[in-house]
Amino acid sequence: MTQQPTTLVEQQQQQAKWKSWLQQLLALVGLVLIFLVFTIAAPGTFATKENITTIVFSAVVIGLIALGATLVIITSGIDLSCGTGLAFTGAITTIAIVQWGMPVPLGIVVGLCSGILLGVVNGSMVALMGLPPFIATLSTMMIIGGLALVITDVHPIYYSKDVADQSWFLWMSTGEVIPSVPNAIWVLVLAAVVAYIIANKTIIGRYDVSIGSNAEATALSGVNVKKWIIVIYAIAGFFTALGGIMMCARLGSVQPQTGSGYEMQAIASAVIGGTSLAGGKGSIPGTIIGALIISTINNGLRILSLPQQWQNVVLGLVIIATVFIDQLRTKQAKNA
Amino acid sequence: MEYDPTLLLQVEGVSKSFPGVKALDNMRLDLRKGEVLALVGENGAGKSTLMKLLTGIYTREEGQFWLNGEPLEVKNPREAEEKGLSIIHQELDLVPHLSVAENIFLGREPVTAALFTSNRTQVKRARALLESLGMNLDARQKVGELTVAKQQMVAIAKAMSFDAKVIIMDEPTSALNEEEVEQLHDLIRGYVKPDTGVIYISHRMPELKRIADRVTVIRDGQYIDTLMMADVTTDQIISKMVGRAINVDAKPVGVRGDRATILTVEGLTTKSLLKDVSFELKEGEILGVAGLMGAGRTETARAIIGADPRESGTITLKGKEVHFRNAAQAAAHGIGYLSEDRKGFGLMLNLSVTHNIAISSVGDKFSKFLFEDKKAMRKAALAGEELLKIKTPSVDQLVKYLSGGNQQKTIIARWLVKDCDILIFDEPTRGIDVGAKEEIYQLLNRLAGEGKSIIMISSELPEILRMSHRIVVMSEGRVTGTLDGPTATQESIMALATHPEEVFA
Repeated sequence: MTQQPTTLVEQQQQQAKWKSWLQQLLALVGLVLIFLVFTIAAPGTFATKENITTIVFSAVVIGLIALGATLVIITSGIDLSCGTGLAFTGAITTIAIVQWGMPVPLGIVVGLCSGILLGVVNGSMVALMGLPPFIATLSTMMIIGGLALVITDVHPIYYSKDVADQSWFLWMSTGEVIPSVPNAIWVLVLAAVVAYIIANKTIIGRYDVSIGSNAEATALSGVNVKKWIIVIYAIAGFFTALGGIMMCARLGSVQPQTGSGYEMQAIASAVIGGTSLAGGKGSIPGTIIGALIISTINNGLRILSLPQQWQNVVLGLVIIATVFIDQLRTKQAKNA
Repeated sequence: MEYDPTLLLQVEGVSKSFPGVKALDNMRLDLRKGEVLALVGENGAGKSTLMKLLTGIYTREEGQFWLNGEPLEVKNPREAEEKGLSIIHQELDLVPHLSVAENIFLGREPVTAALFTSNRTQVKRARALLESLGMNLDARQKVGELTVAKQQMVAIAKAMSFDAKVIIMDEPTSALNEEEVEQLHDLIRGYVKPDTGVIYISHRMPELKRIADRVTVIRDGQYIDTLMMADVTTDQIISKMVGRAINVDAKPVGVRGDRATILTVEGLTTKSLLKDVSFELKEGEILGVAGLMGAGRTETARAIIGADPRESGTITLKGKEVHFRNAAQAAAHGIGYLSEDRKGFGLMLNLSVTHNIAISSVGDKFSKFLFEDKKAMRKAALAGEELLKIKTPSVDQLVKYLSGGNQQKTIIARWLVKDCDILIFDEPTRGIDVGAKEEIYQLLNRLAGEGKSIIMISSELPEILRMSHRIVVMSEGRVTGTLDGPTATQESIMALATHPEEVFA
């Protein structure tokens, strides 16, 4: 038998827990509803195995960078460089493996390190130079977007299925350890678990919400806020690189001109999942649901042959609607 | 109490709850025509909740308001003003870059054709109003250029321009000097006529004795008593507020003799303000730091803990020279700083009591290789809650729902959990009510008795005199003197705080 909450406060805390559960449940229900709408609107083409696989592959890349974006947004920061970061880290990984002939694991490590370095640069500009996160990461977004083109000479670089090592690289995304479930999903699940542990079980997550809630007070409490901001941006950079690697593995190549625009979808995923742009509050499971919602809408609109420009319009409206609902909810909580 | 149509304002059986607290419980209050009613209670007693209910910011769950014999139902402060009920908040809601006249008529500017506001009419009306109130103010001057006392006048003039029958003043004198307080009181006496009244909320007892006719005491959201001001003593009011008898003049226990020096500051100088600041802190000592606003007391504390850079000077901790680059290093060496601005620099308001207590120690005490030990954190928070008697329904409660005194105790608990030897308290009792103040004082004494060394920065001279073993007085970035606690007087401190040029001449 479970113990019944006795006091008013315990009851209210119980309610608050339920509310937070409910919020994620609502996002999940939203996802299911969107899925049903497209299934009905595009019979025979949307809810097919191939198409769902397509959605999942896109959700993996968006989800991976959204995990990093969530941790950064919780500090009340923002990371705009995660979009072009996909192309940049992907290009470095691919060059290391295909052009320099590095073994795949080593190439992956090099790629991940480039992402971490990107994050360290972002975090240092924010924490040490005092630049606003928006400006700092907007600059790196442009710089690495440019560098991705420079180092690839604006040409895609392809992996070859004939080289055993490189075909293993592609297997990471499209292979199926369990039949019908692409490996990319497991990478996302694993990454999400790691992000969840960081956010909820470690002092990094503790400092993350604390900095987002009140950075000055956190610093005066004896936390080396500058160091931890750099650490958190570095973790975001790691997830960006993971996203870049998975994107290359899916496409069998690096496409140096892609990536831009993904940052907005990552931020939107976090916000839809209940992460507050004001900082101090966020949810990793929510972000994953958010990424699935964004990918589903993207894909569904494409299936319905809605032109790209209209897809952006719809996505924008979805973001407005979610944030508005979130604000209503916050207001209600305040007046309760 | 029954409904009485002769009363100016009547509050009857009003209740309001928030998550975890019953903020008001069957509250009542009555304001007679032509009187000044003092409303007193500790922070968190429900004063501001009552104000917010009266002006429609919150909606009440039970009970009734009457204004001038009519049931009062308002949805927002503007509507309350229009019905003759104005509130002048502690933080004045005036727009600094607008003129006096513009502030008075904000939102109801005289309009000529096609929505253009008529500045001339507005200024003319404002002048007439100010003159009728006997206020010597320039209607065209920007409010931001005025002293706080004059801004207060503008707020009152604004209230009067609505033809207010009831004005509620929330801590109107917290930023005023004696002379300005007198001016304000004259203004209030001039305003109170046979058909108007004032509710005056304040913690300053002597002031209430002078201005108020009656006093209503509330505690923990409940009505306690209403008394004629002439019939009660300050101590009686305070004991009703806190629910027990206390003696406000108690002196510290056991003034310390010669102890080992734990911290030496020598020649501390910063770019912005500090010049050659030197003093010593002894073990188990409460060292008071007195001075006027801008004397450099907070800056000294921040420079010591490395929150602000220093230009020159040495700091010696337990015989070793130290140079902290940030507060984290100071904390690691056992120095904790409690800011004067709890909300801005002390608390993570949207996070739990546990978080706020554990945040300083989670990195070394409550974690193993980055993974935090939530059980140990909670245990420490519970221990802190019990030791300092933090009043909270649970340590999982968000710290923003705690009263000022309990928030302060939460921060103290943070540094005790961290095992700090040196605690720098910056205005430890600012914004804290009488009862909680007393608890904080006893806590400081106890900590000093247990061997903690305390630097207590305070602007309240009685507090400095009562608590300090020794007193460092600062003025314009310099230390102008060090006094012995037991022999110091308000006069001797003020002499050092206000006349630095004589010392250095």
